[in-house]
Amino acid sequence: MAQEFHVLAVDDSFVDRKVIERLLKVSSCKVTAVESAGRALQVLGLDEERSPVEFDELKVNLIITDYSMPEMTGYDLLKRIKGSKKLSEIPVVIMSSEDIQPRVNRCLEEGAEEYLVKPVKLSDVVRLRDFILTQKAHPPQMEHNSVKRKWRDESPNAGCSASTSCDHLRPPIPKRRKMVQL
Amino acid sequence: MEFVGQLQRQFVQFSHSLFDEGFLDDQFQQLQKLQDESNPDFVLEVVSLFFEDSEKLLNNLSIALQQQIVDFKQVDSYVHQFKGSSSSIGAQRVKNMCVHLRSFCEEQNLEGSLMCFQQVKHEYYLVKNKLETLFRLERQIIEAGGTVPFIA
Repeated sequence: MAQEFHVLAVDDSFVDRKVIERLLKVSSCKVTAVESAGRALQVLGLDEERSPVEFDELKVNLIITDYSMPEMTGYDLLKRIKGSKKLSEIPVVIMSSEDIQPRVNRCLEEGAEEYLVKPVKLSDVVRLRDFILTQKAHPPQMEHNSVKRKWRDESPNAGCSASTSCDHLRPPIPKRRKMVQL
Repeated sequence: MEFVGQLQRQFVQFSHSLFDEGFLDDQFQQLQKLQDESNPDFVLEVVSLFFEDSEKLLNNLSIALQQQIVDFKQVDSYVHQFKGSSSSIGAQRVKNMCVHLRSFCEEQNLEGSLMCFQQVKHEYYLVKNKLETLFRLERQIIEAGGTVPFIA
């Protein structure tokens, strides 16, 4: 039974929010789009100032967030999510118009699934969704984080250390994918 | 129906020129691909949002650059936003001009920034005009009973 793939999109730009929402809907995802990291924390039930009873906490399969936002950046949001027992398993993707390698590395090291350079394309979204769905269906035998990082560190043709075959897990790496450079 | 054919040819020619002259890039076509019968006005809606957003940003930029002591960090922040939104709709020339403006901001070069800001505005109004023409052509085709050709 196919469950709806629910994505929380966070972006302070009206234009980008509209585009990412459409990209996700066209890819058959359910979307909740919010304009700030603060709001994202509220809907995820991580906002200390509000009692969780006030909001119906959202169950999300993926969080996709812009990096540069006023008040709280996507990076800070990533840290909060990865630092939370409740939500740390939810994959987080960072989007940014700026292609800065140290920034990419920092986000990946903090546990981001991926760093997408804007403008985000339909192929990026489809690839993401498929990858995460496949990960859910075939969880790697090794410790989750190290497999992700290892996959990211090595070239696409290097062997995957998970015990399952990696061909169906490893999507073609498009130009936009940023790898951690050793 | 000859009239529809004429309009459609005009539309195709005009669209091609927008891409050939660098006003629009591939991202605009990405948006067009996201439009369908369930969301027939998607591109128009996004572009309208862009126009609204841009007017505010240009206004803010104008004010920021007129201050006695210009806060280049603030100016840069606005330009960054404008670069982002223009990139998201495929307004290539606007985006590129924003990149130039950011360099001037980084150098804290007021004269350069003011000059470049004029160029940013110029490019914005140019592409706005072009896009409005494009949408008008689309409307005319539909009103004349035709379908809007898809530009590959």
